[in-house]
Amino acid sequence: MSVKARFIVSLILSLPMLAEMMTKPLFGIGLPGHTWTMFTLTTGVMAVAAWPFIHTAWAAFRNHHANMDTLVAIGTLAAYIYSIYAMLNHQPVFFEVAAFVITFVLLGQVLEETIKGRASGAIEKLLGLQAKDAEVLRGGTVVRVPFAEIVIGDILRVKPGQKIAVDGVITEGSSAIDEAMVTGEGMPVSKKTGDAVIGSTINTSGTFMFRATKVGNDTLLAQIVDMVKRAQVSRAPIQKTVDTISNIFVPTVLIVAILTFVVWFVLLGADAATAMLFAVAVLIIACPCALGLATPTALMVGTGRGAKMGILIKNGEVLEAANDIQTVVFDKTGTITLGKPVVTDIVGDENAVLALAASLEHVSEHPLAAAIVEKAESLEIAPQDVTDFQAIEGKGVTAHINGSSAFVGNAKLLGNNVLDVKLEREMQRLQDEAKTVVIVGRNDRAIGLIAIQDTPKDTAVAAITALKKRGLRTIMITGDNERVARAIADAVGIDEVIAEVLPGDKADHVKLLQQKGKVAFVGDGINDAPALAAADLGIAMGSGTDIAIESGGIVLVKNNLQDVVRALALSQKTFNRIKLNLFWAFIYNTAGIPIAAGLFVWAGLTLSPELAGLAMAFSSVSVVISSLLLNRSKLV
Amino acid sequence: MEKLLVLIGAALLIGFIVWWFFSKRDNQSTEATMSDDKQQAEVTVNGGYVPNTVVLKQGVPASLVFDRKDPSGCFNEVVFPDLGIHETLPVNEKFAVEIDTSKAGEYQYSCGMNMFHGKVVIK
Repeated sequence: MSVKARFIVSLILSLPMLAEMMTKPLFGIGLPGHTWTMFTLTTGVMAVAAWPFIHTAWAAFRNHHANMDTLVAIGTLAAYIYSIYAMLNHQPVFFEVAAFVITFVLLGQVLEETIKGRASGAIEKLLGLQAKDAEVLRGGTVVRVPFAEIVIGDILRVKPGQKIAVDGVITEGSSAIDEAMVTGEGMPVSKKTGDAVIGSTINTSGTFMFRATKVGNDTLLAQIVDMVKRAQVSRAPIQKTVDTISNIFVPTVLIVAILTFVVWFVLLGADAATAMLFAVAVLIIACPCALGLATPTALMVGTGRGAKMGILIKNGEVLEAANDIQTVVFDKTGTITLGKPVVTDIVGDENAVLALAASLEHVSEHPLAAAIVEKAESLEIAPQDVTDFQAIEGKGVTAHINGSSAFVGNAKLLGNNVLDVKLEREMQRLQDEAKTVVIVGRNDRAIGLIAIQDTPKDTAVAAITALKKRGLRTIMITGDNERVARAIADAVGIDEVIAEVLPGDKADHVKLLQQKGKVAFVGDGINDAPALAAADLGIAMGSGTDIAIESGGIVLVKNNLQDVVRALALSQKTFNRIKLNLFWAFIYNTAGIPIAAGLFVWAGLTLSPELAGLAMAFSSVSVVISSLLLNRSKLV
Repeated sequence: MEKLLVLIGAALLIGFIVWWFFSKRDNQSTEATMSDDKQQAEVTVNGGYVPNTVVLKQGVPASLVFDRKDPSGCFNEVVFPDLGIHETLPVNEKFAVEIDTSKAGEYQYSCGMNMFHGKVVIK
């Protein structure tokens, strides 16, 4: 029998007793067959609506456990059994207490179930985005294929208005794609051949073909769903304290209830019925439901709201860590800047310098290399074959061309070989313009310089300003030299710069900063995985790569720096909500128990068992509503 | 006289509660049964998870079969926070939960409200 059905049965059977409570004092009209009718109605409530409570309480008891069902079962059974005894001895009965408490507790559970369903809706919404089938090229013709049967390498066709089924790369055509459902990005993004598309996003304008690169459970959406699912069931460390308390809570309440009875009956000389009602009120008010709901519901709503904005929070620990971050460290390339550097200046013989550099760099994977190769291609300079290619991390590359040695790299690669005065001065000038300068040389002698610049993202200035407003110290870390880094940092307003750091050393610098306070590291996850892991909070940005999802505590699906601010704000809001919920749940119990025990009778403050049941129901409901309000709180 | 009896009764009851709920007890633990490169263990859900601890072998695909006999709303859900599992258990029906045994360790699980706890040990 569902909770709802039990509630309805309990309500219907309780209503006549509720009516009598009003009509009897006012009009002197009682229920026909007063006591016996009450006994029959309440027995119905106990047998149908209260039975599961009793069943669980007994089963739990045999396992040396006690939970809220124990409290409800003992409280109502005490009132019920005492009333039978009283009925047989022609004394006042309290059947309605048992019936009303059960009705109110069930009311609380019904409301809670309904609202909880709304709180956990985020995942269902995400899963609902999944396309059911797609048009796939099979044997030269386009056929409709169910989602599960799409395999990697399939060529899919997408018409305007259709959903893109899986992740892939466009092979033919172009279009504008609405990615709002996955990235939270409002404007459609235009894509052409070679661009990546995300499954479950919507094609708005053109028809295109794409090759599936990730299917089934490997798609970005599937990974997001998995991450949100994990986050929602995770526990914040603060919960551990609560767990320890709730383990001893229920037996302790049982003892307090017995003491309440003893004090009233033995010491204060109250009659057995009065003493029993105080004890039952203690049992009912103490139900720790709200305590159990405080963390999971807030986590559910907070992480669900994040997922809708393209901010994926991995678990409750991350929320707690985000709460006392003092320093935010940014990786430069691809995080503060666009990560697409372009060649701006060439010093020396343009063709010779570029030809040599392009020959070495066209086999390299460094982002600066791509800029040089692109520039060479645009000037139609073909790269030459090289041998003995070597990439020296953080310094540059060396190789042999036509028997002579050649290099492209920064000042560190050159070691003792100093530049001549003219190149040195040029290098200074270019670096002061925030450009990265690489030295190109042959046979250990520099023949020229190439200046490359990577521009800051549009969102950088606003994001850094907002972070500073939150009282955070901002630091940029980069392999670039000091002057270039400083120029970029000044342009976006970053406080401090740690320059000329080898990629492998980023994690060490993060650890050094951690000595002064909690550090968040923001990077793209491609070569900062160790730093992301070392930081108290790793925020992986953009592209939603597997590595980013693996190494970041928070993953930002979009490449927007403002999301760093939103992610921190959302984490803090959610964590504060958990604390607020726990605080109220505790206060509710700790304040409620003394009142129920009759400690404030002298002040006219008492709590009948029925009121205790009603209050308990609404404490759970208020915690869930408080969590739901997270959906409306302002973030930036 | 009546009051004295109540007093003695209450003292005995409190003593019993302390002994029954707070004294240390050995948790029942069981090992999963192996068949065809798979392992399986059954957990009865009735006022708690019995057996309380299930030992699984690392690297062997495992399923934990929950047999929920308890209708209480408390056992509607079973949650493994570290494994990202959150399932709804049907009453009077067996429900298998797949466990990822790739990493050794102790994994706590609990009911939806985190009142009842069980443990899976992978080694």
